[in-house]
Amino acid sequence: MLNVPVLRWGKPYESLEVEEVLHFATGEPVCKISKANGGIIQRDLRKAHTAREKLREIPPEELLKMVAQAADYYENDTLDIGDGQQSPDVFVHQQSATTGLPELMCRKNMAKNSFVLRNMDRILDCLTRGLDLNILSRGFGSESRNVVVSYQAQTSILGAVLPSNSPGVHTLWLPAIPLQMGLVLKPGSQEIWTPYRMAAAFIKAGIPAEAISLYPGGHDCGSAIMSSAGRSMIFGSMKTIDQFKGNPNVQVHGPGFSKIVLGDDVVDDWEQYLDVMVESIFVNGGRGCINCSGIWASRHTKEIAEALAERLGPVEVKSPDDPGAELAAFSIKQQGIGTWKMLEQDLKAPGVTDMTSKYGERLVEKEHCAYLRPVIAHCESPECEIASKEFMFPFASVVQCPQDQLIKKMGYTLVCTALTKNQDLIRKLSDATHIDRFNIGPIPTSKLDWLQPHEGNIIDFLFRSRAYQVSEEVAMV
Amino acid sequence: MSTTELDLQNEISKAKERLDQHTVETVQWHFHESTGCPFWLEKKSELKFDPLTDVKSYDDLKKFPHFEDEWLRGGPIERWIPKGHQGKPAYVFETGGTTGIPKSRMVINDFRTDYELFSETLPDEYFPKGSNWLMLGPSGPRRLRLAVEHLCQFRGGICFCIDLDPRWVVKLIKKGWMEHLEEYKKHCIDQAITVLTANHDVKCLFATPKLLDSLCLELEERGTSLAETGITGIFSGGTEFTPQWTRYCVEELFGGPPAESGIYMTPTYGNTLMGLACSKPVTAQENYKISYYAPQPRATTEVVSFEDYNELVGIGETGRVKLTTLTDEFFVPGFMERDEGEREAPFDKYPWDGVSGVRPFHELASATTVGVY
Repeated sequence: MLNVPVLRWGKPYESLEVEEVLHFATGEPVCKISKANGGIIQRDLRKAHTAREKLREIPPEELLKMVAQAADYYENDTLDIGDGQQSPDVFVHQQSATTGLPELMCRKNMAKNSFVLRNMDRILDCLTRGLDLNILSRGFGSESRNVVVSYQAQTSILGAVLPSNSPGVHTLWLPAIPLQMGLVLKPGSQEIWTPYRMAAAFIKAGIPAEAISLYPGGHDCGSAIMSSAGRSMIFGSMKTIDQFKGNPNVQVHGPGFSKIVLGDDVVDDWEQYLDVMVESIFVNGGRGCINCSGIWASRHTKEIAEALAERLGPVEVKSPDDPGAELAAFSIKQQGIGTWKMLEQDLKAPGVTDMTSKYGERLVEKEHCAYLRPVIAHCESPECEIASKEFMFPFASVVQCPQDQLIKKMGYTLVCTALTKNQDLIRKLSDATHIDRFNIGPIPTSKLDWLQPHEGNIIDFLFRSRAYQVSEEVAMV
Repeated sequence: MSTTELDLQNEISKAKERLDQHTVETVQWHFHESTGCPFWLEKKSELKFDPLTDVKSYDDLKKFPHFEDEWLRGGPIERWIPKGHQGKPAYVFETGGTTGIPKSRMVINDFRTDYELFSETLPDEYFPKGSNWLMLGPSGPRRLRLAVEHLCQFRGGICFCIDLDPRWVVKLIKKGWMEHLEEYKKHCIDQAITVLTANHDVKCLFATPKLLDSLCLELEERGTSLAETGITGIFSGGTEFTPQWTRYCVEELFGGPPAESGIYMTPTYGNTLMGLACSKPVTAQENYKISYYAPQPRATTEVVSFEDYNELVGIGETGRVKLTTLTDEFFVPGFMERDEGEREAPFDKYPWDGVSGVRPFHELASATTVGVY
C-alpha cells in the first residue's frame, strides 16, 4: 500500500502516527498517510523565511516558466508520491476513491488546475494590474510612469487548511509560488492527492523543495498553521467564517450562497435561461461555493422550479468510474444521512414545496457512503428558512420575491448572476456590498474568469502597498 | 520453557496471589459494618450476593455492577469515609465541574502512598534527590497538584506551582474564545518561565503534554531551551501521550534521548479514581511505544472486550480500559474508563497486565474534550 509521509520543507518525514485513507464505497484502505502534530509545524514555521529566500533567488519570470512546466508534469507525468509512483490515471482513480467524486469530475479539476498554472503569467498580470513582478520580489520599484511604488510582503509563506473532500479549491493557493511565497498546506483528510501531486510537479519543475511543506494531521495542525503563518486561508462552514471575521491574516472560504436573479424585464422569458440555471446548480456535483443555491424572481417561480426539477430530479447515482456519473458521494455516510434529515424538515415548512419528490427517493444509502440526488425546492417568499440554505450536493431553492425587495432579502452572495437589462437593477446589484463576484447576463455562477480576483485579491492579501521614498543621492548609489 | 520464562511465570503467579489476597482484604474492609463507608454499606443491600462471603478472589469482583462515576457527584462527601478511618484528616479531590456538580473523591493518604510508590520508579540520575520541582499543571481542588508536591517533598525538594484553572480552559474552548485560550496558555507558560529563570535550581518538572510542548516552544522563542533551564527529569501524563508526540519531544524539543540531551521523560496514565500507572521505559528502538502498568495490587488496569466488559481481550488485542481501585480508602470494582488501548503482556518489572496505545474510546471520542490544559 502507498505510504505518504509528511513533507517538512521538502523533506519527507514518516510519522509514528499513521492513518489509513479509505475508499469511500468499499471501506478498503487506499493509502497510509503520516500525521504531523501542531508542535512540529510551529517549530518548522520558525524557518518560514528561508522558503521565501530560496524562492527569491529565482526571478519571477523563471518561476512562471517553472509553474507552467509543472502544469505539464501535474497533468501528464508519472510522479513520485510517497513510496510509490503515480500516473495521471492513478491520481484520478485515487482521488475519486477517497473523495467520492466521479472520476470525470476529478479529471476536470485536474484540467482546471493545469489551466491556471499554465496561464499564471496572465492571471498575475491581471491581479496585479500589470505590475512588474520584480517589484513584488524586491519590495519596491519604479512604475512605467516613473513613480516609485512599494509592495511589502506581509508573510514569507501562504498557509492553507484545505477541505477534506473538495478538489476544486486548489487553484486559490497556486499563485503563492510565483509570488515567491512558500507553501504550507494541511491537506484535507480525504483529499491529500492534489497537494502532494502538485508539490511533486513543482519540485520536478525546479521549484525549491525547501519552499513547500505538507502537514496532514488533526485539528492541532490546522490551528498551528493558522497561528504561525503570516497569511493563511481556511475552508469551512459559517462558524469558521464567523471565527475569523475581521482577522486580516486569514482569508476564509465558506459557503457561497451563490444566486441567479431574474429581473422583471426578462422573467417572462425564463425558459431561455434554463440551461444556465441547470449548469450553475449541477456542475461539479453541486458541491462548490460557486454553485447556485438560489434562483430569485418575482413571478413564474413555480414554473421555473418545475422545469428545473424535471431536468435534475431524474439524475441517478452511478458508479464513479462511469463516464456518465454526475453525482458525488458523501464519503462520510452519516453526513449524507444527516443532511437529508435536516433538509426533509426544511422541505415540510409552510410555503415550501419539494419539487423533486415525485422523481423518487433523494437519499441513496450505500454500505459505506450515501448520495443525495438533486433537490429543487420552491419558496413562496424569502422568509422560508430553506431560501438561505446551501448544501454539498445539487440543491437550489427557487424563491419568489418582488424585485424591489430582492437586494435587501437575498443576503450574502458569493456569485450573483443577474439576468436583466434593467440598468437601475444592475446598478443597485453592482453597488450591493454583500455580493462578491457579479455576472451580468447568462453566465453560469460556476463559470469563473481566472483573470478576476476571487473572494478578495490574493495580491492585496499577501502584499501591502505603502509609501517608499528614495532620495536621489541614495538612488544614484 | 527457559529459566527466565519460568521465573516470569512464577512472578506472574505470585502477583496474582497477592492481588487475590489484597482483593479479599479490601472487600472485607469496605463491607464490614465496623470499617466500611456509608456508601458501600448501603449499596451492599442492593447486591444479589454478600461481598463478605462471596468474594474470594479478584475475579469475584465481576459480581459487582460496574462502578458509575456519577455516584461521585454531590454529597455528603462523608459517605465515602470508611468507618475505620473516621476522624482522620481528609481531602476532597474533584474532577470535571466546568458546569454543574463536579465528581468528588475523598482521600486521606492514598495520593501520598501512590506517589511514593511512583517515586521508586524514577531514575535518580535525572530526578536527583533533594532537587526542586515545578508543577506545570492544574491547580485548585485537583489531586495532581498536591500529589506532585508530595512527590517532590518525599524526594527532599520544594515544589513550585503555577495557577491554572482547567474549568476556565474548558469554558474558553466551549465558547470558542480561542484567542483567550491562547492568552491563558501564555499566562501559564509565563508563570513557569518566571520560576525556571529565578535561580531556584529547579531540576524536575511535572507538565501536561500540551503545556510541555508550549513551554519548550516558548523557551526556544526566547533563545533558550529546557536543558538550559536546568531541567533533567520530566514526569508527564495524559491520554494524548502518543508515541509520535513522545518522539517529537525527545528528538526535537529535548535534542535527543536522555544520554545525549540530559533530559529524561516518563509518561504516566491515571486519574483521580485510580492513581497512577507507570510506563515501561520509552525508547526509539521500540518506536516510542508507551505501555502503562498499574500499581498492582492497589489498582489494576485491564483491557476488556467492547462487547463484554468482563472478558479480557488477548495480548496485543484492542479493548476498552477498565480500572479497579483496591485501597483501604477507596473501592472501585471495575470502572469503565473513557479510553481504549491494547493489552500488554506482563514482564519482569511488572508481572501483570499493562495497556498500551491509550486513546479516547472510539464510541465516545467525538463527545469528549481531551487534554484541555
